[in-house]
Amino acid sequence: MTLIEELQALAKQARADLKEKRAENLDQIRVAYLGKKGKVTAALKAMKDVDPADRKTVGQVGNQVRQEIQGLIEEQKQAQAEKALAKQLAAETVDVTLPGAKPRLGNRHVLQQIMDEIEGHFLGLGYQVIDDPIDSPEIETDEYNFERENLPKDHPARDMQDTFYVTPEILLRTQTSPVQSRVLEKHDFSKGPLKMIAPGKVYRRDTDDATHSHQFHQVEGLVVGKNITMADLKGTLLSIMQELFGEKHQIRLRPSYFPFTEPSVEVDVSWDEVTADTKPEDIRWIEVLGAGMTHPNVLKMDGVDPEEYAAFAFGLGPDRFAMLKYGVEDIRQFYLNDMRFLDQFNERGN
Amino acid sequence: MKTNLKWVNQYLNEPLPLTEQAVLDLANQVEKTSVELESVGNGAHGQSGLVVVRVKTVEDHPDSDHLHIVQVNDGQADIQVVTGAPNVAVGQLVILARVGAKIYNQESQSLQTLAAVKLRGVDSAGMLVALQEIGVPDQVCPHELAAGIHVFAEQDELQPGDDALAALGLLDPIVDTDLTPNRADLLSIRGMAYELAAMTGRKVHWQKQALVESAAATDQVISLTIEHGLATGLAARVVEQKQIGESPRWLQALLMTAGYQPVNRAVDAAHYEMIKSGQPIAAYDLDQLASQELTVRLAREKEVLVQGQEQIELRAGQDMVLAAGDQVVALAGVASDSQLAVTKETKRVLLIAGQYQPTKVRQAARQLNLSSEASFRFERGIDLGMTQPALDDAAALLASLTAGQVLAGQVTAGFDQTLARTIPITTARINQILGTALSDQEVATFFDRLALPYDLADGQFTVHVPSRRNDLAIPADLIEEVGRLYGYDNLPTALIDGQSTAGDLTLRQKKIRASRALLESLGFNQAISYALTTPEKAVRFNLAGSQPVVTLDYPMSSDKTTARQNLLSGLLDDVAYNAARSVATIALYEQGRVFLSRDQDQQPEEREHLAGIYVGQISESTWQAGQKDRPMDFFAMKGRVETYLAEIGVTDVTFEASQSPAAMHPGQNAAIYAGGTYLGYVGQVHPALLAKEKLPTVFAFELDLESILTLAKRDHHYQPVTRYPKITRDLAVLVDAALPEQTVAEKIWAEGGPYLQAVTFFDLYTGQGTAENKKSLAYQLTYQNPADTLVEAEVTADFDQICMALTAAFDAEIR
Repeated sequence: MTLIEELQALAKQARADLKEKRAENLDQIRVAYLGKKGKVTAALKAMKDVDPADRKTVGQVGNQVRQEIQGLIEEQKQAQAEKALAKQLAAETVDVTLPGAKPRLGNRHVLQQIMDEIEGHFLGLGYQVIDDPIDSPEIETDEYNFERENLPKDHPARDMQDTFYVTPEILLRTQTSPVQSRVLEKHDFSKGPLKMIAPGKVYRRDTDDATHSHQFHQVEGLVVGKNITMADLKGTLLSIMQELFGEKHQIRLRPSYFPFTEPSVEVDVSWDEVTADTKPEDIRWIEVLGAGMTHPNVLKMDGVDPEEYAAFAFGLGPDRFAMLKYGVEDIRQFYLNDMRFLDQFNERGN
Repeated sequence: MKTNLKWVNQYLNEPLPLTEQAVLDLANQVEKTSVELESVGNGAHGQSGLVVVRVKTVEDHPDSDHLHIVQVNDGQADIQVVTGAPNVAVGQLVILARVGAKIYNQESQSLQTLAAVKLRGVDSAGMLVALQEIGVPDQVCPHELAAGIHVFAEQDELQPGDDALAALGLLDPIVDTDLTPNRADLLSIRGMAYELAAMTGRKVHWQKQALVESAAATDQVISLTIEHGLATGLAARVVEQKQIGESPRWLQALLMTAGYQPVNRAVDAAHYEMIKSGQPIAAYDLDQLASQELTVRLAREKEVLVQGQEQIELRAGQDMVLAAGDQVVALAGVASDSQLAVTKETKRVLLIAGQYQPTKVRQAARQLNLSSEASFRFERGIDLGMTQPALDDAAALLASLTAGQVLAGQVTAGFDQTLARTIPITTARINQILGTALSDQEVATFFDRLALPYDLADGQFTVHVPSRRNDLAIPADLIEEVGRLYGYDNLPTALIDGQSTAGDLTLRQKKIRASRALLESLGFNQAISYALTTPEKAVRFNLAGSQPVVTLDYPMSSDKTTARQNLLSGLLDDVAYNAARSVATIALYEQGRVFLSRDQDQQPEEREHLAGIYVGQISESTWQAGQKDRPMDFFAMKGRVETYLAEIGVTDVTFEASQSPAAMHPGQNAAIYAGGTYLGYVGQVHPALLAKEKLPTVFAFELDLESILTLAKRDHHYQPVTRYPKITRDLAVLVDAALPEQTVAEKIWAEGGPYLQAVTFFDLYTGQGTAENKKSLAYQLTYQNPADTLVEAEVTADFDQICMALTAAFDAEIR
C-alpha cells in the first residue's frame, strides 16, 4: 500500500469513526488522528522515504486528509453546540405574558406639576423664580403683606381676606404679593428689568370645604421696567393660559379692583377651544386669576419711581388651575395625600 | 346692587332699550367694562296668568270653617274662586292666578301650572295669591300683608284686568351687580345711570325734586354738633306730616325690586333716596328724642343701644354714637335705637344725612355684627356733594306722600372739606401704560362719556373729578377709566421687549428640584400637608428637641393652632388617612417649610425640610417566589436615604444609634451626620405611638434640607477609568456584638493604604460558632492602582496592616 493509499484509508476510517461514535469525544478523535502521535501524523513520518519526485503529490494528499478530518470535527462540534443551545433555550423559556416586576416610581404632586409647568414657562421668558425663605417667607409682617401692598390698616379690602395673625404685626401671608416688595426693593435696575415669579403657600382664615382651603398656593408674577404696558400683561397672560389649558383657548380681561394694581383686571379663560367659527356668545368664560398694572403707591413704597418705571403683576392659583384642568371637585383632595389620588397623576413630560 | 333699569331710564336723555336681548347685551357690557354681574333678569321668574281682580262677593264655604267662596271680576267676567285668605273682603283689588297660570314655587325653584279644582265640593277657577306665593322673597314683602293675600290700595290706580306682575314691578328688568370696594359710586341708581350712560353714549339728566318749605325754621327745632371730626358732614331736616301710612304702589314696587321691604312712608322715602342717590338717610320720630341738641360723639361709660328687646353695650371712648343729649339715638352709621323709629303715630319726622367716619363705622359693624345697607355705604364713602340735595329730595318726597310740611332750611355741621379735585394726565402717559395709540381727541371723548369735565392744553389734560367719583384720585385711576371704556378686548397683545434677561434657577433651586426628582425615583409620592397643626404634633418629630413654636393668635379650629416644626407629623396624618382606607403601600415624601420662633416681635426662622414615610411592601414582583414578600425595613429605608444623600452630593455621611426624637423606635433609629453636621434621622416610628393611633409599621426619615443645600457639592471631579486590574480580598472579623459596624468600616478605610478602592460589607453572623457577645463581620476589600498593575505582595502588606489595626483597636479576631 502506498503512502497515498494509506492516507486515504485513514481518512475513510476517520469518517467512519466520527459517524459511528457520534463524536462522544471529538477531542479524542482529533488527537487519535491529528495529534502529535496521531495516525495521520505517524503516516506522514514516512514521507522521508518517498521518492522526492512524488513528495509534492503525497504532501498534498496528506494536507487534504488532515483538512478533511479537521473540518469534519469542527462540523460535529458546531452541531453539538447548536443542540446544547437549543436544549438550554427550551429549558429557559418563560411565559412572557406573566406580569413584570415593576419598580415603584413616585409621582410629583399635581399642584407641584402645575407650578413646575408655570415655572418652566416663565423661565423660558427670562423670569427669575423666588421661593427661598428669605425673600418669600410664609410668615410675613403686616407691613409687607398689607401696607406695602397699598392696604393700610382698616382698608375695606382687608375684608376680602381674613387673616391668621400671630401678633398684631406678624401673620401667615394671605398672598404671595409681599415677595414683590422684598425683591423689588433690592433690585438693581442697571442690570435690566425685573421679571420674577414667586410660587408658594398662602393662608386664609377660611373654614375648609369643597371650594375653600385655609392653605393653598399662589404664583405671583411681577415685571418692572421702563416700557412695560398693559398690552404686555395681556400677551403674557395669554401665553401662560395657553400653556396651561391649550393653544386654542382664549382669555378675556374684565375690570376689577385690587388695592395694589391700577388698572386692575380679572382674567377669564375660555372653557372650550375657540376657533374662527366660535360665536362670542357661545364662549363659556371661567374666572382664573387677577392681574393689573402695579399701583404707583406700591412702586413708590418699594423705592421705584412710578414716573420712570411701569410694572405689571399677576397672581396665579395652582389649586384652581388643577381643579379646572383635572375636574377635581374638592380642593381638600390636594392636602389629604390619598395615595389613590396621588397615584393617578403619573404622566410625565406633559 | 339691584339696579332697576326702568328707574335708571328716568335720568337718561335717551332711554335704554329694555327688550330681553337688549338687557342681556347691556349686562354683558357691564361685566366687560364695569363690575361683575350677580344676575340679570326680573322678579317675575317667568310666571304668567296673574291678573288684578276686584272682589265682588264673599261667602263662607258651607263645609269649611275657614274657606270662603269669592266672586271676583277681571273687568270682563265674574270668576268664582275658593280661598282660605282671612283678609279677603268685598271691594278689594287682589291678584288672581287664573286656571292655567304658571306660578313660581320658591322652595322647588320651578314653575307650576295651576289647574281648576273643586274645594270641598265647590268649584274654584283659580287662586287668590299672596306675594310670597308668586316669587317675591318673604323679606321684602310688606309687613302688613304677611298673613294674607296681597291687596292693592285704592290710590294705586289699578283696574281689574291689569297685569299683576307689571303692577308689582316684577317685569322691570333688574341688573344685579357685585361691587368692588373702590366703586362705591355704583351703590346708587345715580351712579349706575352715569356708568350706563358712559358705556352706551348717553347723558344723565339729574333733576332735583321741587321743595316747598313752611315758615317755621329747622334750626328752631334742632341743632347739630360733630365732635372729634367723627363726621365730615351732617345735615338734618324736619318734616311735619299728616298721613304716615303705607306707601303707594309705585314706591313699594321700586323698593321691592331693589330688595327692600316697604315699611311706611317715612322709612320708604329715606330708602328710596338712598337707593337713588347713594346717601343713607336716617328717619326718627323727633318727639321721642330727649334733647334737641344732636351730637356725633364717642360713646360714654355704660351707654347702650336699644335694638328691640336687646340692649347692646357700647364701648366707651371707641364706638361712635349719634346722641340727643344723654340719649343714644344711634350707633352712628350702623344701627338706630328701635324705640325712636317712625311709626303711625309720628307727627314730626327728623331726617339726617351725612358721612360718618368710615373706619369707625366699619369697626362697629364688624365688631357687633350689625352690617346694614347704610353701614356698607358709609364704610365705602358716600358722595358728600349729594348729601344736601338728597336730604332735600327725601324731605320733599315725604311731604308729598304724607301731605306734610317741610320746615325751612337744613341744619348742617361739617362740610368744610373742599370736594373739588383735579388730576393731571397726558395722552402719552395713557398710551404708555395701556400700550395703545390713542389721540387727544379719543381720550377727550372717553372723558366726555364719563361726564368728567376737563381742560386740555398742549396734550395735557386736567380732569376735574366730580364728588360722585371719590375713587378717582391719581392718574392711574384715569388710565383705568380710559382702558375699560376703550375695552380690554381691544388692547393689543404683546410680549415685553427691550433688554433680555436670563431665566435660570439658582443652584439651591436646582438642588431642591433634584431632591424631589430623586425621592420620586425612589418610589415616594410627593405629599403636600398642612403647615398648621396641633401644639403636640408641631414638635413631636422635631430634629432638635423642643423649640419655641409659632402659635396663632386667633385660630380657626383647635387642630390648626400651631406652625409645624417638622414634616413627619403631617405625613403620619396622611398614613392614618390612607391606612383607614385600606391602602396597603403608603410611600410619601414632602419638601416644605418648618417654623422656629425667635422672639415675639420677629418673623420666625423658616427652614426647608425633607421627610418621607414608607408603609408596606417594597417588592417589585407580585408573584415571583422569594421576591414577592419584601416588607420595608430599617435598612431598606436607610438605603434610600443613603442613595438620596449620595446623589444630591453630600459626602462623609455617618449614622449613629439615636433615641431622639422619642417618637421613634429606640432600637431602630439613626441620627445622620455629614462630617460634623447633624442632618436628621431615619428609622422606624415608635411602635407604642403606632399602636395608640392604630397604624401599621411606619419607616420614616426627616432631614434638614437647609444643611443639605449647604453641604451639597457642586463640582464633581472626573477620574479616568483605569485599565489596570483589581484584586479582591475577603476579610472576616470577630468583634464585640455592641461595636457598630460603621466603626469597623471606618478603621478599615483609615488603615487601608493607597490602593483600597472599595469596602463591601457582605455578612453579619452571630450564631453557632461565635461567642455569646460576639459577632462576625465579613467584608470584601477591593484594591486597585489606577496607574499600574498591582503586585500581590503590596496588597498582602496593606491587608495585613488592616488586620493588625483591627486586632489592636477592637481586640478583633481575624478569621
